[in-house]
Amino acid sequence: MKMENKNNNNKNNNDSFGEIRKGFSDGLMYSSGKNENIVVLCADLTKSIKADEFAKTYPKRFFEMGISEQNMLMAACGMTSNDKIPFALSYAAFNPGRNWDQLRNGACYSKLNVKIIGGHAGLTTGPDGATHQMLEDIAITRVIPNLVVVVPCDEEETKKATIAISEIKKPCYLRLSREKSINITSKDSFFEIGKANVIDGGNDITIIACGICVGFAINARKILLSDHGISAEVINMHTIKPLDENTILESVKKTGLVITIEEHQINGGMGSAVCEFLSDKYPVKIKRLGMNDSFGESGNGYELLEKYGISTDKIVEAVLEMIKK
Amino acid sequence: MKDSELKNIAKEIRIDVLKMLNTAKSGHTAGAMGLADIFAVLYFDIMNHNPLQPDWLARDFLILSNGHVCPVMYATLSLANYFEKDKLFDLRKINSMLQGHPSKNISIGIENSSGSLGQGISYAVGLAASLKRDKKKNKVFTIVGDGELQEGECWEAFLFAAKEQLDNLYVIVDRNFIQIDGNTEDVSSLEKLSKKMASFNFKTIEFDGNNISQIRHAIKESFKIKGRPICLIANTIAGKGVSFMENDFNWHGKAPDDNELKIALNELCLDENGK
Repeated sequence: MKMENKNNNNKNNNDSFGEIRKGFSDGLMYSSGKNENIVVLCADLTKSIKADEFAKTYPKRFFEMGISEQNMLMAACGMTSNDKIPFALSYAAFNPGRNWDQLRNGACYSKLNVKIIGGHAGLTTGPDGATHQMLEDIAITRVIPNLVVVVPCDEEETKKATIAISEIKKPCYLRLSREKSINITSKDSFFEIGKANVIDGGNDITIIACGICVGFAINARKILLSDHGISAEVINMHTIKPLDENTILESVKKTGLVITIEEHQINGGMGSAVCEFLSDKYPVKIKRLGMNDSFGESGNGYELLEKYGISTDKIVEAVLEMIKK
Repeated sequence: MKDSELKNIAKEIRIDVLKMLNTAKSGHTAGAMGLADIFAVLYFDIMNHNPLQPDWLARDFLILSNGHVCPVMYATLSLANYFEKDKLFDLRKINSMLQGHPSKNISIGIENSSGSLGQGISYAVGLAASLKRDKKKNKVFTIVGDGELQEGECWEAFLFAAKEQLDNLYVIVDRNFIQIDGNTEDVSSLEKLSKKMASFNFKTIEFDGNNISQIRHAIKESFKIKGRPICLIANTIAGKGVSFMENDFNWHGKAPDDNELKIALNELCLDENGK
């Protein structure tokens, strides 16, 4: 589908858009058809996170838990003792926001094969306001040992990520956005957990993005090249943990400058993970873009991104400033 | 097994609990002592399990929710031949498989990690629900502390257990009325606990949790109940078997020193006539 560009640089006229949630549903249905041990637990948000098709197709494998995210996650853990692969679904603000202790002590300490699906993550949850705009989930999940953290960038990649997490025997957190996102990857695109994708090569600066911000990075790269003659390399860091250190290092050795962008607090997020790694192994100048230590508010998702500086324009501006210096 | 044999096993468990806690120099004595009789009955009379094949698919599950009482579980598992007795004395020490709070290790009969209260009960309801959907016969026993019921998650779990009509779930509440800050009724009252559980659509059975024959009778009776989850309220005496520990909340999180151990073992080894 095409969307109209209304004074919003995050949406380019040539972009087509898809739904990350639909990608999740498609991946879930695909994996569930192949593996009958996959079960789904949901905390009263079945339609919203698009598990309704699963619930309808596999009623005996679906558990409506009611509004009880703590019990949901631990009940999912319990099902692993019956060899199930449970997917526990709610909004990211509550799952893992509300049930972090259950995630840490329940799922991760025992390395249980549980999948935590955090829907409606980030600022683009929009009109629901700050309570529902989870901007700290990458920070609180990536610090837990044994946990895999995946933030897919578009519908197709979300499908692949969902299938991939169902096939690895580890606790995994999958972060999903609600807003329509720019289609970047295709059926043939390579996807492997823990292996970042270099989407466009470049020599002057490395732009590392995750989730819906990958599309903004690609659009910024085009502007930088056509208007300023700057060649930026764009990396889609879909797996935050384990971090693909090799791909980062390879790129940064070439460019020597890094910008990160994510729909998350700049404190503790993907950008912080990149900083931690590079400050140890190969210190370079890094600028992190994201939510700057504040809460969001109600509004249209893409308008909010503009207001809070998570945008194509902001990337271009930051790149020009870094290169000028 | 005869009541007298189970009584002896419970005594052995208590002796091991005291010795291992004394060696560890820290840990939770009162709750562990109070639960020795229930563990003896579960592992030596009630549960289907196989120490030679701990991951046996047809086994019944014991999901410990109040993880801090784990010395009683470790002592029981060792007596049931899941591992050598000398391992008990590595409790809480570096490089030990017997952590201060349990770390899941099916090869020695530990089904779940626990320590953060309220979580084991949810683990148990999830497991029971999944087994029931699969029409499997395994029973799920879970032991929860009474103070633990102050965690909201327990009540989320109870709502779900009732909704799913989990008649394969046996929630054993260790009702000893003590918690770290004092008596449960002073800290955050739980009474009338039996009525509360009944209002959550549990079938409740109350009994003396330090009386072997009552424990056995209550659990066996509960197997007849169909269509709803079962709550077994076990009235226990914290620190049971050692006079200076009994009903004293100060022993919740304390281990006996050498002198206290000596006195305690003497008391435990006296027969009912004080000889």
